[in-house]
Amino acid sequence: MAKPKSTKTPKPDELSKIDYRPPEKQWMEVPVEFKPGTYCYGARPKYLEEVGFPNPREWQPYEDDWKLPDNWKDIVLEGIDDRLKKYRSFRLFMDICVRCGACADKCHFYIGSGDPKNMPVLRAELMRSVYRKYFTASGKLLGKKAGARELTMDVFKEWWYYFYQCTECRRCSVFCPYGIDTAEITIMAREIINLLGCNTDWIAGPVANCYHKGNHLGLEPHTIQSNIEMMCDDIEEITGIRIEPTFNRKGAEILFVTPSGDLFGIPGVYTCMGYLMLFHELGLDYTWSTYASEGGNFGFFTSNEMAKRLHYKIYAEAKRLGVKWILGGECGHMWRLIHQYLDTWWGPADFLEVPKSPITGTVFEHAKSTKMVHVVEFTADLIRHGKIKLDPSRNDHLRVTFHDSCNTSRGMGIFEEPRYVLKHVVNHFYEMPENTIREKTFCCGSGSGLNASENMELRMRGGFPRANAVKYVNEKYGVNMLANICAIDRAALTTLMQYWVPEVEVCGVHELVGNALVMTGEKERTMDLRLEDLPGKEEEEEDV
Amino acid sequence: MGALFSFGVVIALVIIALVGVKGAHLQALFGVVIPYAAVVTFFIGLIYRVVKWGKSPVPFHIPTTCGQQKSLPWIKHNKLESPATGKEVFLRMVLEVLLFRSLFRNLKMQRSGDRVVYGSAKWLWLAGIVFHYSFLIVLIRHLRLFTNPVPSFVSLIESVDGFLQIGVPNLMMTGVVLLAAVTYLFLRRIYIPQVRYISLPADYFPLFLIMAIAATGILMRYFIRVDIVKVKELTTGLARLSPTVPDGIGSIFYIHIFLVSTLFAYFPFSKLVHLGGIFLSPTRNLANNSRMVRHVNPWNYDVKVHTYEEYEEEFRDKMISVGIPVEKNPPAEENKTEEASEESEGKE
Repeated sequence: MAKPKSTKTPKPDELSKIDYRPPEKQWMEVPVEFKPGTYCYGARPKYLEEVGFPNPREWQPYEDDWKLPDNWKDIVLEGIDDRLKKYRSFRLFMDICVRCGACADKCHFYIGSGDPKNMPVLRAELMRSVYRKYFTASGKLLGKKAGARELTMDVFKEWWYYFYQCTECRRCSVFCPYGIDTAEITIMAREIINLLGCNTDWIAGPVANCYHKGNHLGLEPHTIQSNIEMMCDDIEEITGIRIEPTFNRKGAEILFVTPSGDLFGIPGVYTCMGYLMLFHELGLDYTWSTYASEGGNFGFFTSNEMAKRLHYKIYAEAKRLGVKWILGGECGHMWRLIHQYLDTWWGPADFLEVPKSPITGTVFEHAKSTKMVHVVEFTADLIRHGKIKLDPSRNDHLRVTFHDSCNTSRGMGIFEEPRYVLKHVVNHFYEMPENTIREKTFCCGSGSGLNASENMELRMRGGFPRANAVKYVNEKYGVNMLANICAIDRAALTTLMQYWVPEVEVCGVHELVGNALVMTGEKERTMDLRLEDLPGKEEEEEDV
Repeated sequence: MGALFSFGVVIALVIIALVGVKGAHLQALFGVVIPYAAVVTFFIGLIYRVVKWGKSPVPFHIPTTCGQQKSLPWIKHNKLESPATGKEVFLRMVLEVLLFRSLFRNLKMQRSGDRVVYGSAKWLWLAGIVFHYSFLIVLIRHLRLFTNPVPSFVSLIESVDGFLQIGVPNLMMTGVVLLAAVTYLFLRRIYIPQVRYISLPADYFPLFLIMAIAATGILMRYFIRVDIVKVKELTTGLARLSPTVPDGIGSIFYIHIFLVSTLFAYFPFSKLVHLGGIFLSPTRNLANNSRMVRHVNPWNYDVKVHTYEEYEEEFRDKMISVGIPVEKNPPAEENKTEEASEESEGKE
């Protein structure tokens, strides 16, 4: 295959014409086709070398020769065997699917593409068919009649293509009568694929950055500081108040960790400004860290081992600085990992104390082992106790809906806290249709490291169900702001909205908190955190 | 096509039993040896499967949370969809196992002009529930054949099952309902294009097998009558482990019991083991309490990390230049010159 010509993403009205009829040919007979715009580029060798991943080399998925070692098949089969023994989820989910099809139309990639191999059941069958051939008696004996097939290079390429078309969002697992979670299968598949060095550049780059520099974006300590200082300049312009945050400060009560997406780029920085303003107003004794400067973890999209290596920094830094507990910013997969993995990897964090809000005195019992509290939980508690003054009318130019992020929804269960905060900081809040929110929420289409620009058609397809629900509330209620608590969402939904619903912008919940927060000694606000004029406020000023 | 192949296999099974009994007079083989072998295979196979699953640990705490977590005391916690304690997990599992809670959530995606809508879709859930419960009742009713005296709960279930009092012998509803439900499950596999596309012979085979079992059972009870006294003599003999093979039981009985034996023996090696698997599913049987209670991974091994010391070593000068505190300060004079040069760089 030749290098694809630069591709243009089809227009929305073209893309939304989706054919759900499966092909005539049985799925094992349909070879994978690497359609430009629907896959990410191969990882550059330097990124793999930096973290010691196997088989670093120049390669691209559209090339015929993937430059795999001669014994690649053995490596894959051993990789499967090893993981079957280590993960009950994997072994069980290989065995118990009855192919009832309940998951089929639950996947955003299936809804947006109509490709039957994006039905979660079939995505899993791509792996199960090989599992049967090499690990079950019936598959060995009966072959294709038992749904088994040989592992070939074409099969391996098909895995690569479709396991990078799953965002590990877990929506299918909500509906599966046995709780089969395709995310678990995709995680295993990607681990196995990575044993042969077939990572994507978009994931491997941030992993290497995060390992050495502390964050995905590769921001060095002085840059982190100057980025935050620039935000403080803007805050000063808006409020007249100068904020002086501290970095790597020993003896602070709280360490604050957020995804690095909040430190760089729009609209993440506005969310970050919201945190800065809130913590300043509270007089919170907290510090940033330039070393533990990433809450997210692209390692999770390569292997559990790499994820563990990257997530080492948070507790290590908390220990070094001697803080009492850790507060975490708005991020999706970061919170899945903190909630379900961190303590297992690096706990027990017995050098920390059970988190206690210094403002309200609330003890966060539900985080008594990990010692990490979600900033939205923290803020909801403040509002409940009336500890901050809010003027929601400063958000009156916005009609807001809330997008539940996959990870915080189905891997944590934080539904009410963000809604509670939003309803106190905005006057116009509207929910999207009920089958598209909370535990049934739709992915942004770019999660789990798929948000590369060369992958644009796939991302727009995957985000189609989410965008379609936003479009509905945009048309019905005039919604113009899509709030969320995830850094990948803030980046990915922005692109998605520009494509499908250009009237709608994207923000973090704490941007809206920052807008509404009445700060001690602030000047009359005439701008929101985006430095855009607040409608009405200017005229008022002139009248006075 | 997978369906035809599986149908052929079930027909072959019927012919094998028929020829075996009518032609070769292997009543003892089909009435005693094969049923015993099948039951032993069922139990050993099922235990083997469950033990094999159980041997793989659960390294991470991965419940799928389908409701509000337990967090702040004034936020209403959803105990069934996001259980925080063992008791709540138990209740969630009861709902899953007995009422198929997750399948009850099922939706159907449809395009309505520009919009994508997600309508209610309960038919699969209903057919699933009806199928499993009618199968269970049919199974319990069959205890009559293996017990003497017949336990009162078996008689009670029978009288409820036959309360319509149609025909002689009294029509048992569940037999017919079971056949109807399994037929529905087959038809949806054929008629829904996506489901047909994912279906394997292993999906059609148990459906045809159960259809054939229900059909032979119904035939035997209402149409091609067999000597029930002799059947009970054989079945109670099996239960007492002193089998006898009375003469003169019709071939239809041997076909029925051969198909049932096939189902038992096939069970542990097929997708039908989902019966045991559901209990072990880590997305359902764990509490959403992983920030409260540490989950231990038995194979949690040490990994190579990038320590703070290594980080500071690389960035110390830059950190000092912007006043970020460091652990190890370099000599003072060196410090000053670095500061001046790095200051401008940092601003960019």
